[in-house]
Amino acid sequence: MENRLKTLFKKKSKNVLSIFYTAGFPTHKDTVAIAQYLEAAGADLIEIGIPFSDPVADGPTIQASNKVALDGGMTLPILLAQVKEIRKQVKLPIVLMGYLNPVIQYGVERFIKEAKAAGADGLILPDLPLVEFQTHYQSLMQAEDLCMSFLISPTTSEERIYKIDAASTGFVYAVSASSTTGAKGDFQPEQLAYFEKLSKLNMQNQHLIGFGIHDHQTFSKACEYGAGAIVGSAFISMLEKSNDLEKDIHLFVTRLKKGN
Amino acid sequence: MKYAVTDEGYYGNFGGAYIPEMLYPNVEELRERYLDIIGQSSFQEEFNKLLKDFVGRPTPLFLANRLSEKYKASIYLKREDLCHTGAHKVNNTIGQILVAKALGKSKIIAETGAGQHGVATATVCALMGMDCIVYMGKHDMERQKPNVERMRILGAKVVPALSGSMTLKDATNEAMRHWINNPTDTHYIIGSVVGPHPYPDMVARFQSVISQEIKAQLIQEIGNPYPDYVIACVGGGSNAAGAFYHFINEEQVTLIGAEAAGKGVDSGESAATTVLGKPGVLHGSKTLLMQTADGQVIEPYSISAGLDYPGIGPMHAHLFETGRAQFMSITDEEAMLAGIELSRLEGIIPAIETAHALAVLDKMEFDKDDVVVINLSGRGDKDLDTYIKWGKY
Repeated sequence: MENRLKTLFKKKSKNVLSIFYTAGFPTHKDTVAIAQYLEAAGADLIEIGIPFSDPVADGPTIQASNKVALDGGMTLPILLAQVKEIRKQVKLPIVLMGYLNPVIQYGVERFIKEAKAAGADGLILPDLPLVEFQTHYQSLMQAEDLCMSFLISPTTSEERIYKIDAASTGFVYAVSASSTTGAKGDFQPEQLAYFEKLSKLNMQNQHLIGFGIHDHQTFSKACEYGAGAIVGSAFISMLEKSNDLEKDIHLFVTRLKKGN
Repeated sequence: MKYAVTDEGYYGNFGGAYIPEMLYPNVEELRERYLDIIGQSSFQEEFNKLLKDFVGRPTPLFLANRLSEKYKASIYLKREDLCHTGAHKVNNTIGQILVAKALGKSKIIAETGAGQHGVATATVCALMGMDCIVYMGKHDMERQKPNVERMRILGAKVVPALSGSMTLKDATNEAMRHWINNPTDTHYIIGSVVGPHPYPDMVARFQSVISQEIKAQLIQEIGNPYPDYVIACVGGGSNAAGAFYHFINEEQVTLIGAEAAGKGVDSGESAATTVLGKPGVLHGSKTLLMQTADGQVIEPYSISAGLDYPGIGPMHAHLFETGRAQFMSITDEEAMLAGIELSRLEGIIPAIETAHALAVLDKMEFDKDDVVVINLSGRGDKDLDTYIKWGKY
C-alpha cells in the first residue's frame, strides 16, 4: 500500500487541513478518540506530538499540553501502541512530530521501524540536523517508505530551502513567521510576501503553512499560497476547554474550513 | 589536538548544533563569522584592553600557604573571584558583546541561574549601551534577590521564567524562545560552554585567558608553566573550560572537575551529570544529560544555583568519556565545609560553586612536591544567605 501522505498530496494540492495535537492531552486516553473525531470532522492529515519536558520551539499552549501529557504518564512506547489502535479505524495520514531527545533514547532506527509498523506515514523532528538525517537515517526511511518533513522559516535562505525541499518527502513544513507556536492575530504584510515568495519557488514538495493558523481567516489565507495549513495551538486550546470532544472537534474543523 | 572541536562542532561524540530551523540562520551566521571576528587584531585589542582596565586582569595566582600546609602540596588559587562583578563570567560577556557589535546586533538576551552571568551580561550591556533582557527562573529570582536587583540597577530587564521547575534550564528555554521570536536584531549571550556549536567553543576561547595567565604566572612562580593538577567546579563548565584550555593537550597535567552531588548522587537530589547522565540532546547540543529512560530531562538539585543544571558542556562530556579529565562528586555539605575552611585559612569567602572545587582537596593524596591550581571562580558575597541558613560556622 502506498504511503498515505504521498497519496493525499497526489489527490489534493489545495486546502489541505492538518491538525496537530499533543499525545496524551487532555488525558492519556484521548489520543485515539481525537484522531477518530478528526477524521469524521473532515481533517485531511493528523500530526501527533510526542511530549517533551523542554519544548523550546513552542509557545505557552503547547508547552502546557506537553506538561499535562507527561504528568499523565504519556511515553513514546504508549504513543506507538495508540497509533496502532488509531490505525484500526482511521485512514488519514498520520505524522509523528517531536523533539529529538526522546527519540534518541528510544533508538532512532527502532523508532523509524516501529512508527512505520504502527501505521505512521511521516515524521517531523525539528531539531534533527539535516546532515545527520542524510548521513544516518534517510536511506532507512526511504526503505521503510516513511516520509520526513523538514521546517523552513522566513529567515531560511533560498539556497537552503531547496536543500531542505530535496531532503523532505511528503510535504515541507513552512513556518509562517519568526516565532514560537501559538501566535494570534492576522498575518502581517511581510508574512504574505513570504508566502508569495514560497509559492513561486519551484519546490518538488507541496508545502503546508503552520504556526499562527488559528481561525478560518488565517487558514483560508494560508491556503491561497500553500497546499494547505497546519493548526496546533488553537486546536489544543479548544481541547482544553471542551466538555464534549466529539462535538467540539466537529465544530472546530467545520468553522476552520467554512467560517461561521 | 584530539580534544579540539571539529569544524562541525563536535568534541568526539558530543556537541553539534541540534536546533529548530527558526534558529538556524542566527547560529549559522555566528558559526561562519566568530573565528574571523575574534581573530581580528582590532577585536583582540579591544577585548584585551577591557579585560585589563574594566575587569581587572590579569587576576592574581595566589600561593595559599595555610591550605598548602594542610593538604601537603603547593596549592595556588587562581583569583577569578577578583574579577569585576565577582566571578569569571564577565570574561565571556565582554567577548560576546564585542562579537554582537561586530554582527551589527543592537539587543542582548541572556539566561541566568545564580544571577552571576546575568549580572555580567547586564554590566557589559550598560558599558556598551545595549538593551538587555535576562531570563531567570522565578524560583532562582527568589533565591538570588540581590543579583536580580543588581541587574535592574544596571538597567537590564529581568524576566521570570515560569515554566518547568523555574530554574536555569527553564530560563535557557525562555531565552531560546525569545531568540526564535526576535531573530534579526538580537544576540543571545549564552553563559556557559553549552548550547549549539559554536557557543561551546566560543565561550571556551573567551574563558581560556584563565589558563593562559596561569601558565605565565607559574613560569614566574616555579619556572615551569605546567602544574600537576588543575581543579575547577563544573555546572555547564565555563570556568573549568577556561582553566583547562591550555593544558588539555599536556597529558602530564591532571584535570579534575568537581560536580555538585547535591544531597548525594543516589539521593534523587543531585546535579552530578557524569555519574547520573546519559548522552542526549538539550539546548542545541548532544552531551551528557540527566534524563529519564524516556528521554525527559530530570530537574537537577544543588545547594548552589550555578551548578543546578542537568547537563554539562559537550567538551567536558568528551573529556570525561576519554578519561582526559576526572570528575568528582561533591555534596552540599562537603562544599559548605570547604567554603568555611578557605574563609578561615586564607581569608577568602568563596562562591558555593567554587567551594565544590575546594572540597576536592580533602579527597586527594598529593605528593609534597605537587603543584595544584584551583580555579577560584567566584566570590561568596552573593551566597551569604545560603551560608547563614546553613549556619555551621
